[in-house]
Amino acid sequence: MSSVGLMVTCMNDALFPDTGRAVVTLLRRLGVEVGFPAKQTCCGQPMVNTGYLDEAVPLLRNHLDAFVGCEAVVVPSGSCAGSVRHQHRILAERSGDPGLVRAVEQAPPVYELTEYLVDVLGVVDVGAYFPHRVTYHPTCHSLRMLGVGDRPTRLLRGVRGLTLLELPAADECCGFGGTFAVKNADTSVAMGSDKARHVRESGAEVLVAGDNSCLMHIGGLLSRERSGIRVMHLAEILAATETTRTRTTEPEAVTAR
Amino acid sequence: MSGTFLGIPKFPAAAKKALSDSQLRRNLAHATGTIRAKRAAVVGEVADWEQLRLAGEAIKNRVLRHLPHYLEQLEKSLTAAGATVHWAVDAAEANRIVVDIAQRHGTDEVVKVKSMATQEVELNTALEAAGIRAWETDLAELIVQLGDDLPSHILVPAIHRNRAEVREIFLGKMGRVGKAAPDDLTDEPKRLAEAARTHLREKFLRAKVAVSGANFAVAETGTLTVVESEGNGRMCLTLPEVLVSVVGIEKVLPTFQDLDVMLQLLPRSSTGERMNPYTSMWTGVTPGDGPQEVHVILLDNGRTNVLADPTGRQALRCIRCSACLNVCPVYERTGGHAYGSVYPGPIGAILTPMLRGSDPQSDSLPYASSLCGACFEVCPVRIDIPAVLVHLRSRVVDEHKEASALPSVQDMAFKAASWTLASSRRTAAAEKAAGLGGRILGKRARTAPGGRAVLGPLPGPAAGWSQSRDIPVPAAESFRDWWKRTEGGTRDTGSAPTARRKGGRS
Ligand code: SF4
Repeated sequence: MSSVGLMVTCMNDALFPDTGRAVVTLLRRLGVEVGFPAKQTCCGQPMVNTGYLDEAVPLLRNHLDAFVGCEAVVVPSGSCAGSVRHQHRILAERSGDPGLVRAVEQAPPVYELTEYLVDVLGVVDVGAYFPHRVTYHPTCHSLRMLGVGDRPTRLLRGVRGLTLLELPAADECCGFGGTFAVKNADTSVAMGSDKARHVRESGAEVLVAGDNSCLMHIGGLLSRERSGIRVMHLAEILAATETTRTRTTEPEAVTAR
Repeated sequence: MSGTFLGIPKFPAAAKKALSDSQLRRNLAHATGTIRAKRAAVVGEVADWEQLRLAGEAIKNRVLRHLPHYLEQLEKSLTAAGATVHWAVDAAEANRIVVDIAQRHGTDEVVKVKSMATQEVELNTALEAAGIRAWETDLAELIVQLGDDLPSHILVPAIHRNRAEVREIFLGKMGRVGKAAPDDLTDEPKRLAEAARTHLREKFLRAKVAVSGANFAVAETGTLTVVESEGNGRMCLTLPEVLVSVVGIEKVLPTFQDLDVMLQLLPRSSTGERMNPYTSMWTGVTPGDGPQEVHVILLDNGRTNVLADPTGRQALRCIRCSACLNVCPVYERTGGHAYGSVYPGPIGAILTPMLRGSDPQSDSLPYASSLCGACFEVCPVRIDIPAVLVHLRSRVVDEHKEASALPSVQDMAFKAASWTLASSRRTAAAEKAAGLGGRILGKRARTAPGGRAVLGPLPGPAAGWSQSRDIPVPAAESFRDWWKRTEGGTRDTGSAPTARRKGGRS
């Protein structure tokens, strides 16, 4: 039996705990032993991407400490996987501490969830059931920084009952971009509104992606415009089975303020 | 004539203005969408495109590693071929040299091939101050010049204008500076091009001095190259008696053979063409043929500062193809003027702050990106623009910390976050507080599809986010607390405290 350390990401931990729970359910169903190193907090990406490199170093140390000894690390976020894989080294080198550079080099391999499922476990049918019309948004970091390719859509095609609809201009950025969403809110919203329009045009009931950060942005717009379209993390769909209760739309009376 | 970028506000403010201009956004989305599709199609035809990109990157890296060597070689080759070489450390020096040459030939006008370097040094303004008029001969550049406007794109400076606007500009302005546009001018591209051609012909035939840039300068042979699509450049390069070329020092290539790679990468990346329509090359002076006095001004203007930055120096590989602008989702919505420089879009966001140094407008540019990475994907010389953006953000933060005695609100927020997140105990405590806050806020929440409680517009620091986007209420129970309570779901998997949820989120 393989065992992994689950990196749940700071955002999932505080805002979207259901995603982490779904990963636990899914991996256990596939026979993986899942541990949650409780010392973990945040990989430091928000600091690095805003330019606060010195402030990110304590987070890097904590992260390395938390996952030391794990066979592999699985994370339900393309963005955070990319940060660990590409930014940690830069951060360690800048700190000028050779011990930290060594620790980064010796850290366990980190896999974005779909990489782990397809490449390590070798599955594309995870035994999920989700009878809804779904469209998939390939978030920029999973698409370009990690290059997860068609792994997510192969997994989605393996879900029984699911209709996968094409998302127009799928590979264009949704405009989240971390600090960008606040520092350049107007531009961010302009980009997100186009993405939301494409989601509506796809005819889907549910928008799915591998990063809750982007989903929070697009979902925040879809919800403000009362589109009735729900956003879900890919892990939650892959964890769903006949016995899971899923709700894709809310009755009007509840949605109205 | 033509404006200046001086005094353009910081990116977010300038972008806000552009975003409210729906005509501009339509023009841009249409134009960038068209070029993007053309580029993708012709790049897709090349089986070894990635190899070509790697070759382009390698050539440019070699140049940057041995820049002084290749520049000296270039100077020698050029001199041997009968050209006069000048070195300009900054914009003022470059402009002074051009003005001197024009004055020595007793002329009060010059014709110009579109050139980023001369725009960068604002040569036209300097010439105007000396009583010399500079006529832009590139169609798009002419539109910008006649419209007292600023360029907004590297390759298509008037990309923000549509045909109807161009017709207005031609009708209103051409007559004041030369041959007028015909009264019955329509907005058909053919008619517009014809009007420009007639207007320009007069100037080509009269001008004694021409000013150009160069796309590449071959050190080995002293050959300069200009690639263009209209043929106006060729007229500038061959008709006048005197030719002055302003060339950034990073434009040098070691050998003639290196052009092979570059001339494959450039047209496909920039205009989406397999080969560009006009490639002009000249090597010094050829007696009895073309300009009989050839000057080359090698321009630094901040480039050696860029070279000194190990992460940032890759920006000097740029061959100004503009592919990164055309794919950039930020550029597509804000247009080029918001960047406050002749270099807009992703490359401008990294090059401008490095060339110009720190000021409030420059410092806002590295943040004018969502770091989506589309620019790196298309860049023919593989400039990792997102990595440089992040690097420059850290430079902004560090310089600011050093410069001011008091930390900013942002500094304090990130310091506090760093302190909290460096320990799981402190993080858990903060999450508890947020969860509690969530339960209080939950009373104001409504339910989004799927049962998630969300909040509408909020005051204070959350306003930037929540003006147009709902925000989820913090979870009542964090993942780490759930794990602790249930030992990872192995014990009592009952639902979490339910204040925030009206229906389960699956
Ligand atoms: S940075 Fe790359 S893509 Fe952008 S203009 Fe320069 S060469 Fe072209």
